[in-house]
Amino acid sequence: MLDILTGFVSELRQAGLPVSVAEEADAAEALGHLRLEDRQAIKFALGATLVKSANHWRAFDTAFEIYFSMRGPQFSVGEGDVSAGPELGPVPAGLEGRGPSSTGALEPVTAEEIAAMLFKALHEGDQMLLGAVARLAVARFSGMEAGRPVGGTYYLYRTLRNLDLDGVLSRLVAEARALAGGAAMSEDTDDQSQAGPVLRGRRPGQLTALEERLLEDEYRARIDELKKEIEAEIRRRLVADRGAEALARSVRKPLPEDVEFMHATRDELEAMRKAIAPLTRKLATRLARKRRHLRRGALDFRSTMRHSLSYGGVPVEPRFKHPRQVKPEIWVIADISGSVAAFARFTLHLVYAIASQFSKVRSFVFIDGIDEVTGIFDRSDSVSEAVHRVNLEADVVWVDGHSDYGHALTVFYERWGHEIGPKATILLLGDARNNYHASQSWVVRELSNRARRVYWLNPEPRSYWGSGDSILEQYAQFCDAAYECRSLRQLEAFVEHLV
Amino acid sequence: MTAGPDTSVPRFDSVDHVREGLATAGYIADDGLSGVVYLADRLAKPILVEGPAGTGKTELAKSTAAFLGSRLIRLQCYEGLDEAKALYEWNYKKQLLRIQVEREAEDAGGARPLGWDALEEDLFSEEFLLTRPLLEAIRASDPVVLLVDEIDRLEIETEALLLEVLSDYQVSIPELGTIRATQIPLVFLTSNNTRDLSEALKRRCLFLHLDYPSLERERAIVLAKVPGVTNELADQVARIVRSLRSLDLKKHPSISETIDWARTLVLLGIESVDSETARSTLNVLLKYQSDIEVAAKELAVAPGY
Repeated sequence: MLDILTGFVSELRQAGLPVSVAEEADAAEALGHLRLEDRQAIKFALGATLVKSANHWRAFDTAFEIYFSMRGPQFSVGEGDVSAGPELGPVPAGLEGRGPSSTGALEPVTAEEIAAMLFKALHEGDQMLLGAVARLAVARFSGMEAGRPVGGTYYLYRTLRNLDLDGVLSRLVAEARALAGGAAMSEDTDDQSQAGPVLRGRRPGQLTALEERLLEDEYRARIDELKKEIEAEIRRRLVADRGAEALARSVRKPLPEDVEFMHATRDELEAMRKAIAPLTRKLATRLARKRRHLRRGALDFRSTMRHSLSYGGVPVEPRFKHPRQVKPEIWVIADISGSVAAFARFTLHLVYAIASQFSKVRSFVFIDGIDEVTGIFDRSDSVSEAVHRVNLEADVVWVDGHSDYGHALTVFYERWGHEIGPKATILLLGDARNNYHASQSWVVRELSNRARRVYWLNPEPRSYWGSGDSILEQYAQFCDAAYECRSLRQLEAFVEHLV
Repeated sequence: MTAGPDTSVPRFDSVDHVREGLATAGYIADDGLSGVVYLADRLAKPILVEGPAGTGKTELAKSTAAFLGSRLIRLQCYEGLDEAKALYEWNYKKQLLRIQVEREAEDAGGARPLGWDALEEDLFSEEFLLTRPLLEAIRASDPVVLLVDEIDRLEIETEALLLEVLSDYQVSIPELGTIRATQIPLVFLTSNNTRDLSEALKRRCLFLHLDYPSLERERAIVLAKVPGVTNELADQVARIVRSLRSLDLKKHPSISETIDWARTLVLLGIESVDSETARSTLNVLLKYQSDIEVAAKELAVAPGY
């Protein structure tokens, strides 16, 4: 058991979680107080002792599922770990009955049968059946091949594509609607028991919008459960195929603040979106605090003299002026084309979330045309809504919708250049991949002459700068600095430095 | 491991014991939560409870105390909290009085002067010590529950004050020596996560993240906390709140707001929520006008597909 724990902890450390030796010892001690066959109990014990931040839970979860799912044929025959066998053997309660059939013993099931079972399982919210469907679906659709060093995302995609969950969802709702309407006509009370969740015990009649919404949310929740089941099933098979350590390496999930903007998947973007709210709140508190505890201002001569009177004219107690708050004026100019869009979005989000730290924030977005979007932010209630509207409303395409930094910057300079004064700090966001257009880097030179500071933030790794059609060097030479900004962590560090 | 006094009498027999006990105190816990509380007692470690506002962090400590029949000692944190407010303070006025009495006795010529050493020892004895929550929890002879509320409001430097208490269950007072706990208090620290706590503090604690509850748990909470609510209404309330939480709002409804809403509905004599009642009572659940507008729109209109 201790071996497994050590392996598990080192995997957590690999994934970037800071786990100290003392915490590892705590975890080991905690395990001593629990029944080892209770998998859920072990999970929360390890979670409570090893994971000290809610953001890290996902990484922990993935690692746990892999390290503590060592079952299946390979393991019982395998020569190795005597300790692992008996202790983790009878593992998860509620999961029994899905054991040995995992490899090939399944009778061939047709796609239609699976679809029918799926519909039934979702309709009735039957946990056992859901599990069974997940198992069958993976066996039938995922097309797994032994020994391929992949993380399973592709298998998941294939399975889900074949199940057509969106279609099932709309069918479920349509049926419920028909059922409710039908019940109204026939006054047949027997149908009530079939009515599914939410509607049980309700008077017959047309579905109201609210009920329909609730019903749909209920089915959505069940579908999410199914997706989790499928993912777990795929993972179980992969573990059985390749062993925990190999798999852990390929599915290791970086922490949300370390995910790279350029390569984030949709799920990861979602996780980042969730992580950014607490992140900005923390950042704002930290900045406010920093400002309050700022070093004292210059010597206040008058006040010092006045106070010295009570000591007979000896300036015992020097007095200082309050430091003058310098709040920078921020101009954000962001490339929102293709792959850098996510980066621009998060940066805008962060800047606006701490807008109180700046005297003024103006924002511009471009692809090959450029448009000011400050107004969208002012009119919107929440930052995320504004970011969403920027994508819809901003007029950023000039010719072909491929990045043209040169044109965008020229237009910017012509239209807004004269408004930039010595208080302005300009942030240019983008990868400077200019599709071989003219760079027009003189604009950046002019900007940096007028503004207090000009920074370039690039979501690409530094080693890629200047490769291919990236012409960052031509711009960077006129900037005060160019930073690599690949993850939320780096972005946060930059913004803190900015204030 | 820390060399604290040993936990001779565990408070809980099993994880189930914790969960059932909490249920008697009106707190619906899930397995993870009761497991962490159980472990905290067994390992003699504080629990750091983190999560959005209104998910029952403080309530957990209160309910645990209620179910154990222990005294709850509470330390509310705020910026500027210091040693004198958290640990102990010398009763300066009483000490002055003591000196005065000594001098008067001397002037009257009656008693022999006490001498400096004796006087000092007398002045810095427990008689002149004002205990503050942390010290009080350590010195209590009965098994108490200590709640350190909103610890993220402390400055990072002040956090260090807590470390000795939390890891070794002792307080060092220079004039008196070290005061060790005779029993290990069950400690809850709550945090709203407005800043990262120091590694040193986190390392000493078990971590518990309280999130919004599952549908089943929320329904059970509503049933337990709202008198007179029917099963159907509780179910409906829980479902609507879950749908609201899936929306993109400034502030999602918390458990306490769910309970308030359920109470409102019961008071108004509503047995089943339709869009109209939902919309007219939304202001109990949501605290921003823009959120209310978004929610009203979402609940009234069936999503298109």
